[in-house]
Amino acid sequence: PELSREEKLQLRKEKKQQKKKKKGEKGSSAEPAELGAPPEPGQPRAAAQPPSPSASADGPGDGEKPTGGKSKAELRAERRAKQEAERAQKQARKAELSQAATTAKPRQSPTEPQSMVKRLPEHVQVDDPSAQRKFAKKLERQQVPLRQDYGTKVNLFSHLHQYSRKKPLTQQMSIPSTVIHPAVVRLGLQYSQGIINGSNARCIALLEVFKQLIRDYSTPPNEELSRDLVAKLKPHISFLNQCRPLSASMGNAIKFLKKEISCLPDTLREDEAKEKLQDTIDKYLREKIVLAAEAISRSAFEKINDHDVILVYGCSSLVNRTLCDAHAKQGRAFRVVVVDSRPRLEGRETLRRLVRQGIHCTYVMINAISYVLPEVSKVLLGAHALLANGSVMSRVGTSQIALVSKAYNVPVLVCCETYKFCERVQTDSFVSNELGTASVPFLPLGTFSPSPCCSGGVLLQGQDGEVLSLPLILMASPLSADDPDDLIVLRKGQAQLGGWAENKSLRLLNLVYDVTPPDLVDLVITDLGMIPCTSVPVVLRVKNVDQ
Amino acid sequence: MPGAAERGSELSEQIEAFAARLRRGGERPRSEDTARQTLSLLRKIVGNGRWSRAGELMDLIRTEGQRMTAAQPSETTVGNMVRRVLKVIREEYGRLHGRSEESDQQESLHKLLTSGGLSEDFRTPYPSLRANVIEAINEMLIELEGTTDNIAMQALEHIHSNEVIMTIGYSRTVEAFLKEAARKRKFQVIVAECAPFCQGHEMAVRLSKENIETTVMSDAAIFAVMSRVNKVIIGTKTILANGALIAVSGTHTLALAAKHHSTPLIVCAPMFKLSPQGRSWQKSTFTAQCLTTSLQSSLLSSFPTSGVMHLPTSTAS
Repeated sequence: PELSREEKLQLRKEKKQQKKKKKGEKGSSAEPAELGAPPEPGQPRAAAQPPSPSASADGPGDGEKPTGGKSKAELRAERRAKQEAERAQKQARKAELSQAATTAKPRQSPTEPQSMVKRLPEHVQVDDPSAQRKFAKKLERQQVPLRQDYGTKVNLFSHLHQYSRKKPLTQQMSIPSTVIHPAVVRLGLQYSQGIINGSNARCIALLEVFKQLIRDYSTPPNEELSRDLVAKLKPHISFLNQCRPLSASMGNAIKFLKKEISCLPDTLREDEAKEKLQDTIDKYLREKIVLAAEAISRSAFEKINDHDVILVYGCSSLVNRTLCDAHAKQGRAFRVVVVDSRPRLEGRETLRRLVRQGIHCTYVMINAISYVLPEVSKVLLGAHALLANGSVMSRVGTSQIALVSKAYNVPVLVCCETYKFCERVQTDSFVSNELGTASVPFLPLGTFSPSPCCSGGVLLQGQDGEVLSLPLILMASPLSADDPDDLIVLRKGQAQLGGWAENKSLRLLNLVYDVTPPDLVDLVITDLGMIPCTSVPVVLRVKNVDQ
Repeated sequence: MPGAAERGSELSEQIEAFAARLRRGGERPRSEDTARQTLSLLRKIVGNGRWSRAGELMDLIRTEGQRMTAAQPSETTVGNMVRRVLKVIREEYGRLHGRSEESDQQESLHKLLTSGGLSEDFRTPYPSLRANVIEAINEMLIELEGTTDNIAMQALEHIHSNEVIMTIGYSRTVEAFLKEAARKRKFQVIVAECAPFCQGHEMAVRLSKENIETTVMSDAAIFAVMSRVNKVIIGTKTILANGALIAVSGTHTLALAAKHHSTPLIVCAPMFKLSPQGRSWQKSTFTAQCLTTSLQSSLLSSFPTSGVMHLPTSTAS
């Protein structure tokens, strides 16, 4: 029996009042609010809660009834109740899901229901026990296991997670196979062990796995594919977030995918719909990542002059590709200085790739940059994300290189695809970052020898015989040292920091990202052209209008 | 005299051994130890060497000093000690010759400008010169002993409670400085580990044993955490005549980051690290242990509190 609109509203009101009596001021967080905007008849809801204080976070217009005095939170509670009612009656409604929020950022009920409180993502609230409890409950509902933090954290970063990689994830938590697809489990393990590393590589792997998920998905009876698939994706995304916090590129890709799924027309059959989704994902991959890399490589080629000395840092797939392409097109003779830093030592991967192409390279550690910079003509850096205020979020150490380059008047160029542009704003590296996951026990300097692997990947052998296999994804790196334990190193046969866990006063800090202020960067090379850092919000606006 | 000849050759051997040790590099000796060894060797030269006049002594010391500095140009303490001993000889000679110190200085400046050279010829032999010079060198040795403690005594003036202090690498002077402050105040220290030798690890372990809350991080994170740091305290290898520092690799980055965030930078260094050489040094050889980073002098003077040098209280030339 179909309830009319008014009856539904009435039902909602009653339920809301009941709840209010029961729980007092505690908002109902019992429902996974990730389903995006609950449907309202004829009322498309504006963007739900992107985790940034943008204008769209002000929520939907609630003009359907005069709600003088009712806050946003109460309206949300009402809508949730209404959703419950609908589902209880097994109504397949046509959902006009608006732009879905990025996942893996569960909504917290605002602590003061009366005011417009911005909801913070869980992974920057690790020091708040109530937020953690709510998150744990949410994970329980989704049947995703919770991962424990490891080791004492530095005070300044007590709001972030810190995981250990020593024990593989599957030993630490039991993963229900009915809820989470095995391909996703494998992906999560690869992320947490650091086998897949790098913004582009992680995003590509994620989309490929989602394609497989969609292939294996079958709509249960009485459900709509557009809504149910999104709901099925949620536990997977939470799980992946537990394995390793999602990157900005992954977040944007997931947003795009959810929007695509929810915008599927109802008239398609299931296999047609799945086919269409796979095509969309392929198109996204091709346009946003592969072709963008091609475009950026071409633009950057104009900036490389003859007899240039170019400085690069760490391992960025884009920068490597740019340099290899530039070298392949004869006519520009340049040499490269590769800067590397502990404990990840990603520069070795860059070094290997460039030298294989025949480019003349020099390798230094990051504390020697003020020694080499006088002879460098430009600096080429990669980025993990570009924030809305123009800051560049990239591997830790990038900001240092930009700073010292500025002091020596060397131009700094950042290469970044537009799909990594993100609406967040961050002024320092503390607010949101990543602290180590788990460790690869100390590999002394220079002791790995690559050997070809039959499956088309690369096998690396650590000194104690440990073998890591890397799929030849665009940017796979041998070490993905995130764990604080990675800082431990053998020098003269002695690991000074070996007993750090027992020492109450000693902490190890292993940051993954840092934020470069926009005034230290001279140019950003994107697939849309070469723009200054401050034009990032313009690009974001244009992109949103397009979509 | 066969005894003198023996002593002479033994001395020569010792000097050669010292120079060889310097040349080899390898372990990173404390600057204080190098200074002490240099002074002992110079004292032996003064005591046992064959000389009768001040001028001869100065030539002898100059030659030996050049041999030692040539072995390892990056160890500037050797050269500094040689210069101080030469100055001591000049002073003692001047005192014996009957001139007071002050007028000596004034006159020599005037003479430098007008006559273009010292008119002292150092030819008059004085039998007590030897003993006087040896005594002065002994005083310098005693002064060397106390430098670290003198610096550490000033720690409480500069570190207050609940501060976050950043340092780089392993400096024993800074370690003593922080330990002294930790006896009365509670603060945190962040140590940049200084790859690839990671001396910072040892520093962190030692500091944490004194219950100072220490954090170790890699050099790449210096800029990232600098916004939360209140003070930067570092040691150095040498202080050049224009105020620049020759310090462990990575110090320049640390200084630039501190300047960007307007964080005060404090350098703890004893007097024997002051070198009269200028910036021409930086193009010469360097060792793997202490890659040179020389601060631009303009950079140093534009820090909010310019590199404060903590000097031992005793006077020196």
